[in-house]
Amino acid sequence: MSKKHLSIPYAVWMLIFVLIPLVLILFYGFTTRDGAFTMDNILSIAQPEHRKALWLSFLLSFISTAVCLLLSYPLAMILNKMSVNQNSFIVFIFILPMWMNFLLRTMAWQNILERNGILNRILEFFHLPALNLINTPYAIVLGMVYNFLPFMVLPIYNSLIRIDKDVINAAHDLGASNSYTFRKIIFPLTLPGVMSGILMVFIPAMTTFVISDLLGGGKILLIGNVIEQEFKQANNWNLGSGLSLVLMLFIVISMIVDAVCNKDEEERSLW
Amino acid sequence: MVKKSLERLYIILIFIFLYAPIAILMVLSFNQSKTRSKWGGFTLEWYRSLFANDSIMEAFYTTIILALLASIIATVLGTAASLGMNAMRKKPRSILMGITNIPMLNADIVTAIALMLLFIRFSSMGVMEFGFGTVLLAHITFCLPYVILCVMPKLSGLDQNVYEAALDLGASPVYAFFKVVLPDIFPGVLTGFLMAFTMSLDDFVITHFTKGAGVDTISTKVYTEVRKGIKPEMYALSTLLFVTVLILLFLVNRKTVKEQSGK
Repeated sequence: MSKKHLSIPYAVWMLIFVLIPLVLILFYGFTTRDGAFTMDNILSIAQPEHRKALWLSFLLSFISTAVCLLLSYPLAMILNKMSVNQNSFIVFIFILPMWMNFLLRTMAWQNILERNGILNRILEFFHLPALNLINTPYAIVLGMVYNFLPFMVLPIYNSLIRIDKDVINAAHDLGASNSYTFRKIIFPLTLPGVMSGILMVFIPAMTTFVISDLLGGGKILLIGNVIEQEFKQANNWNLGSGLSLVLMLFIVISMIVDAVCNKDEEERSLW
Repeated sequence: MVKKSLERLYIILIFIFLYAPIAILMVLSFNQSKTRSKWGGFTLEWYRSLFANDSIMEAFYTTIILALLASIIATVLGTAASLGMNAMRKKPRSILMGITNIPMLNADIVTAIALMLLFIRFSSMGVMEFGFGTVLLAHITFCLPYVILCVMPKLSGLDQNVYEAALDLGASPVYAFFKVVLPDIFPGVLTGFLMAFTMSLDDFVITHFTKGAGVDTISTKVYTEVRKGIKPEMYALSTLLFVTVLILLFLVNRKTVKEQSGK
């Protein structure tokens, strides 16, 4: 028996539990309840309430991704400069919150954001006007940034620590200023990390239904909420699958962008 | 100097942002008042009643057993797959790695409903009903890529000759694997296992869609309680869980620091 055969169980597993289920979504998405071919499930994305949910999801996740990137890049630079000799420690600090249940952590933001919540009490103390954030799209963006920030920080940090210090020193020796070195050397070298960070934030944010449920007060529907309701409440699997296929279009586009940016598939590692 | 303290301040603010909700949950676990927006004085009552609350303890056991089984099976299957893939030619390997990336890059909700549709087929064919088994299969599926992405880089950095040498010296492939290959890739295997365990523990979406009626993990239980109000025992349970992990990590970290400085 050759070593290659060790991956056969895995290949069979992925066929049954990854590839066949995707084919099933395709099948349900393009058929009616009776099994006849239809395009209606896909086209229902054009209905005003679905279109609105899709647009809102796109907008909120776009803003969240941008905020995450703006917060993460300087953070990763500072962490990199601190040169902690164990980078696994930094990874742990960002993974650690996951050991407290994700729903509970998101719910705790209700305590901070609500009308008589912690944030407003702090603002009151400084005689600043109170903010009404809970159950607004702002609260949802905040929840997304909070939950997905580690997925942006870690890939950027990881690509920063891999940069050879000699390359940066060489640029300085050749007379490049700090900002010029950043633009021409550091940023281009971290681009794969930035791209994978963007993917790891944008896709979960675009498709979430839990964060909008907990911080949007159930009134703000994202496309994830619509799909969840079709499956769990309306039991309309065909419509739910059709809408998921539309969602998958975004995911496939992101994957292609990722594949183009990370041509070195072999060297890919997780953080 | 000013720049340095600004940098410090920035890091501190980010950590407050990341850990504030956790601090709030911990405080709530000692809160006498049952509503989460009012402070009614300090109490340890919820820690006491937690262990008497069968439905919460059952959800806790289900979560832990699920995470353990899923991450162990995923680690074994994923490590074997990585060994196999490492021996493959470039083309089939990149196809298999591409498939590995699907559950990583795909949205949770899409993975979840895809598996739900599969399990609907299974139950109509009489293969298996929705229950603990379906959740376990689903968790193994999304844990596998984490293991592979942690083990593969370690394997590609490995010197193939050492394994060959072990074989030449009369070791059986299995013996050579445990004595030569595994010690080298072990950090990757361990990280993969821990990642898989953490992801399984923290998952809600996939469990929500693939579970049967009687099965509840901590996540799904919290979700059904959100509307009615979370039981304070839930805060006590998550505080205990979090503090346990914190202490474990602290001990492991101190041990590795000692080992490194001892060298």
